This record gives sequence, structure tokens and C-alpha cells, in this order.
Amino acid sequence: MLLLLPRVSYFMLVTDKVKKHFQKGMRQEDIGEIWFEYEGTPLKWHYPIGLLFDLHASNTALPWNITVHFKNFPEKDLLHCPSKEAIESHFMSSIKEADALKHKSQVINEMQKNQHKQLWMGLQNDKFDQFWSINRKLMEYPAEENGFRYIPFRIYQQTVSERPFIQKLFRPVAADGQPHTLGDLVKEVCPVAVPSEGGEKKYQLVIHGIEPMLETPVQWLSEHLSYPDNFLHISIIPQPTD
Amino acid sequence: MLAAGTIGPAYLLPNAKMAEAAKNLELSPGEVPADAPEATVEPPTSAALSPTTEETVSETKKKISVLLKAVGDTPIMKTKKWTIEPSRRIQWLMDFIKKFLKLEPSEQLFIYVNQSFAPSPDQEVGTLFECFGSDGKLILHYCKSQAWG
Repeated sequence: MLLLLPRVSYFMLVTDKVKKHFQKGMRQEDIGEIWFEYEGTPLKWHYPIGLLFDLHASNTALPWNITVHFKNFPEKDLLHCPSKEAIESHFMSSIKEADALKHKSQVINEMQKNQHKQLWMGLQNDKFDQFWSINRKLMEYPAEENGFRYIPFRIYQQTVSERPFIQKLFRPVAADGQPHTLGDLVKEVCPVAVPSEGGEKKYQLVIHGIEPMLETPVQWLSEHLSYPDNFLHISIIPQPTD
Repeated sequence: MLAAGTIGPAYLLPNAKMAEAAKNLELSPGEVPADAPEATVEPPTSAALSPTTEETVSETKKKISVLLKAVGDTPIMKTKKWTIEPSRRIQWLMDFIKKFLKLEPSEQLFIYVNQSFAPSPDQEVGTLFECFGSDGKLILHYCKSQAWG
């Protein structure tokens, strides 16, 4: 079964068709909770699809081959996804967490309930304008500041490490007024991922399938390359050898 | 919102079984079922012994202080302040609070940071402490029903 899925969405939001397709030929007693796997790795439904692809399958040929399971749910690796409401509450919580970092929660708290709903509906229905007419407000900052209070980012590594991701407080501008760059950020929170002076490049830093230049200011990245949950999801993957 | 009605049978099965078992024991306050797992969080007084000295313990290993506050009619915990390994997940903390309050495993528990967002169950307590801790501790609110957004 071949599907084109939006990078910014979530597996459980866009796979009703997949469920129906595979369940057609199955006995009722064989149908448990659906989950997805890529080459032995269970895929976390609460991570955006684009992040999962960058982290686990960058530099592989498309289409991305994913195995669909209805049995043996990996309790240790995955959260249950009982309903679409679970995805919505996860998504809204991420936006609130991001705004706590960006604006001490002021922007999200001043919004009406229906504006929160519009963010979710825009994502769910793949309606860019509907989403951005509200999201725009979350991307603003006071004119007298040089950016957000802190940059909401998460850095993921492909290793077997138990840690889900790195997330720390990081300001968009240095004490001397210079904008912090992607290179500054990674040097501070995950130094092994940036090559030393004249050293060999061992890792790629990937956001939305591209490698932004290390000189890119993090404030710009946060405004333009964040996922709909308002976080910059950065994957650190080994540099391909050939 | 994870209303109980929206949760499928597959999701509830293991927990429902445990809840059934708990009912059969007819718990009263103060009684502990024989098979209740040991709580593994130490109160602040029992500093965990570690072979390394204070200076060599890396930031990621140092235990952090967490203050647990009840919301609404959720029972309060007699001990509110705990020291927890930063690598523990929110799910683990939820299970711990449920055991401590003798809630049924199938009961819902919500945990909030900054009285505003509910971190994902697989999020590390240490990361939340780093980003949202203040005065050397992380304040978390817990409740049996959804309290914020």
C-alpha cells in the first residue's frame, strides 16, 4: 500500500485507510492496537512523521517501507494511542510547552479556546492557512527583544541511548547581542555532533529533510522550520560514508 | 482529553485486570496489598549511596528535587518533596503517585508543569527540571481529572 503523507502530521492521524485496508482480510481476534515499525524500530506515533523519517530513514531510497502491526504491542517502546483525542492533547501540550519557553505562556493563554481548536483542526485537515492564521501569533515577539525568551528545540540521536531527546534552555541571542546560530546551539548541547576545526564531518544535522547551514540563526530556524507543535525537531544522524 | 469512554478495550485490558485484582483485595486505608510493588523513590533524607564523590557526579546523574502538589479533590500526599533520578520518566512518576495514593491502576492521573501543560509520559523528569525548574526544584501538579486545557 502506497501513501503520500505530510511530514508535519502524525501517523495515527493519517492511517485510517491503512487500518481498513489490512483489517479487511483479518480475523477479529487477531486485530489488536495498530503500531508501525521500520527495520526493527517501533515508530513513536507522538513524534511528527518527518522527524521519524529524518531520524530513522534519512539517506534511504523512497518510498519509505514501513511494517504495520496489529499484534504484540511493544509496551516498553511506545505509548498507547487510544483515540484521535490523545493525539490532539499531546499536540496541544507541546504547543503550550513551546510557548512556556518562548513567551512564558502569555500568548497561548491569551488565546480563546476556539483558536486552540483552529490550530488542531488546521493540522488535522491539512489546511495551512487555517493553521497559520493562529500560529502566526505564537511566532511573534516584542519589538524591543531580539527574539523569543528561549528557543523550543529537541535534539534526537539515532543511537541506542535511553534518553529520548536533549532539550535545554537556550536563548536566541548571546550576551553580547550576537544572534546564536545552529552551530552554537549544537556545540553547547551536543558537542560531538559538530566537527572540530579542520576535523572530519561525522554527523548530519537534519530538520525537515534538509541540512541547514550551521551559521543559520536559531531564532530564524525557530520561526520558519519549527513543526506545527512549535518545536524545532533536530535529528543528528551519521554522515553517509559513500 | 482522554475520556474513559473513548479508550478502546485493547488499551484498558492489562490495567482493567489489575484493577479487578485490587478490588478483590478490598483495600482499606493503611492496608497494603501483599503484592504491592515497593515504592522506589527515596524521601529527601535517605541520600542514595554512590561510589563517586560529589564533584565527579555528572549533571545528568545528580538527583533532582520534585515538589508534588494535588489539584482539586485529588488526595494530597503526606510527603510532598521527593528526590528523583533525572532519567526517570513521567510515566514512572504517574505510576508511583498512583501507588502512593492507592489509586486503582486503571484510574487516570494527569501531571502538569507550570500549571499549564501535561508533559508526554515518556518525557524525562530531568529535562523538565532543566527547562522549568525554579529555586532548585521542579513543581508538578497532579490530579485525577483534566485540570488545565
